[in-house]
Amino acid sequence: MTSNLVTKPKHTDPTPPEADAVSETPPRDAVRPPRKPHLEASRRGGRKVEKAKVSVRGLNFFYGEKQALMDNTLDIAEGKVTAFIGPSGCGKSTHIRTYNRMYDLYKGQRAEGEILMDGVNILSPEISSLELRHRIGMIFQKPTPFPMSVFDNVAYGLRLRGNMPKSELEGRVEQALKDAALWDQVQDDLHKPGTDLSGGQQQRLCIARAIAVEPEVILMDEPCSALDPIATGKIEELIEEFRGRYTVVIVTHNMQQAARVSDYTAFFYIGKLVEFGDTDTIFTNPRKQQTEDYITGRFG
Amino acid sequence: MSRTATSESQIPEATAPRRAFGDVAFKAITTGFAVGILLLLGAMFFVLWRESALAIEAFGPGFLTSAKWNPVTEKFGALVAITGTLVSTVIALLVAVPVSIGIALFLAELAPEKIRTPFGVAIELLAAIPSIVYGMWGLFVLAPLMSAYLQPALGGLFGWTPFFSGPQMGIGMLTAGLVLALMIIPFIASVTRDVFRMVPAQLKESAYGMGATTWEVVKDIMIPYGRKGIYGAVFLGLGRALGETMAVTFVIGNAHRLNWSLFAPGNSIASTLANEFTEADGDLYLSSLVALGLVLFLITFLILGFAQLYLKRMSAPGSKG
Repeated sequence: MTSNLVTKPKHTDPTPPEADAVSETPPRDAVRPPRKPHLEASRRGGRKVEKAKVSVRGLNFFYGEKQALMDNTLDIAEGKVTAFIGPSGCGKSTHIRTYNRMYDLYKGQRAEGEILMDGVNILSPEISSLELRHRIGMIFQKPTPFPMSVFDNVAYGLRLRGNMPKSELEGRVEQALKDAALWDQVQDDLHKPGTDLSGGQQQRLCIARAIAVEPEVILMDEPCSALDPIATGKIEELIEEFRGRYTVVIVTHNMQQAARVSDYTAFFYIGKLVEFGDTDTIFTNPRKQQTEDYITGRFG
Repeated sequence: MSRTATSESQIPEATAPRRAFGDVAFKAITTGFAVGILLLLGAMFFVLWRESALAIEAFGPGFLTSAKWNPVTEKFGALVAITGTLVSTVIALLVAVPVSIGIALFLAELAPEKIRTPFGVAIELLAAIPSIVYGMWGLFVLAPLMSAYLQPALGGLFGWTPFFSGPQMGIGMLTAGLVLALMIIPFIASVTRDVFRMVPAQLKESAYGMGATTWEVVKDIMIPYGRKGIYGAVFLGLGRALGETMAVTFVIGNAHRLNWSLFAPGNSIASTLANEFTEADGDLYLSSLVALGLVLFLITFLILGFAQLYLKRMSAPGSKG
């Protein structure tokens, strides 16, 4: 992927034109001038994170003519939980849907800017969205069990990645279900349809399905909005356990949830990233009035 | 004061019985309509049964298994017509189902937004063409093409099987099946398209989010999710193909002979009735034709009844509608 980026520098927009002429096979840093992500992030109103897994730089997003994200810049810390909060329609879902290029499915939707995952711009057309989605799991608002058995649901992503011995497949499905705290409830019903489970179990099934392929990043788009408080609590426990193992980005309407589960919080308003920082600071001592108004419930 | 009180107390008394009467009448009328359908069905069955009594008496159950159909000697059997009806329907479904699912997927998922509506309307217009037009088109356009191109090609490839041997005349069982296929494609395709449109976007996105390709999403998610609806669409087409008369009559060849070859002319129940009803001179002849009608009635009834039962019983994993 890296070499592709190098040989076709026209896709990396910020590259100065003369970079083409530098050499045939320059190191990547020669094509894309070295950045200081932490400095840049803080200059734009963000705060630095320990180690960035995903670095978003000047992200703009358009639904046709309508701009939905304006110049979003932030870092997603590796192995940490980052929460996106903000009122409906503020762009937080739109924002995470750029990380796995879900918008590719829809005509007229496009993203500008850079999203660097481990230093590689995943918005580049050189990056296959299929490959990208193998590395990034996604959980949706409503549980989305596939129309197949519990086992096949969890095995789905593994099977997409090619054949593996049955014993290994079974082992990984079992492990994923255990990690999603679902194994005890479904181990005797692996052949039953995934849709027969309860709502909370369905959502944990979707989480098991996502983590079975060991993704690097897990995107959660309001994963508890269709669940009761007990099921919500179980999902939050899972997120707690994922810390350190996966990089988690969670969009939530529920500010208590953001405060409970996340290490970092980003507050979005009308497509702009208003404030980003560690969760304690955002909730106890926000720097922007808008953030304070939102978290204290004055609007939203 | 007293006037107001009086009118207030009168309102409930005046309206309550009237409203109740309206409800009762409405229920009675709609019940009447619904029961009327059942009575009509029963009456049809009764008349068919009564009018075919002569044939049933003469031939007994052998009527179903005899391939003879000879008005001169007055020996009648339904096997050729039953076979023709079933074979032409099976051919139609074999061709129409995959094509329809393909059309539906294209319209629901792959086609650019701009052409979806005109394409969809065009497909639905195909369903509005009278069947006699399909029949004439089949006879004058499709049949010559069949004998010139498709039948020689099939004969060359599969001529060693009994199914694609014999004279390539254009008309015959295969052509009838293809015309039928063309006629039921609009029904199956438009219903299936609606089924695919009902697949939740988040479900598809979940699969895409796993790194699935469009084909994998279609195969693993959309078709299984809409399976019940697709079966419903197929049964709709099936019901139509079983009873289709005019189009089949034009191209099936109208020969009372059993033949393994799909190139050979045959007959279906509906086409036999259409061709011979006006010519039936003897009582037994007429009664045998009615008995054919009874058989078609029962075949349709049984197949669609079985289909309904199957749809109800089917506990498809994940299908919700």
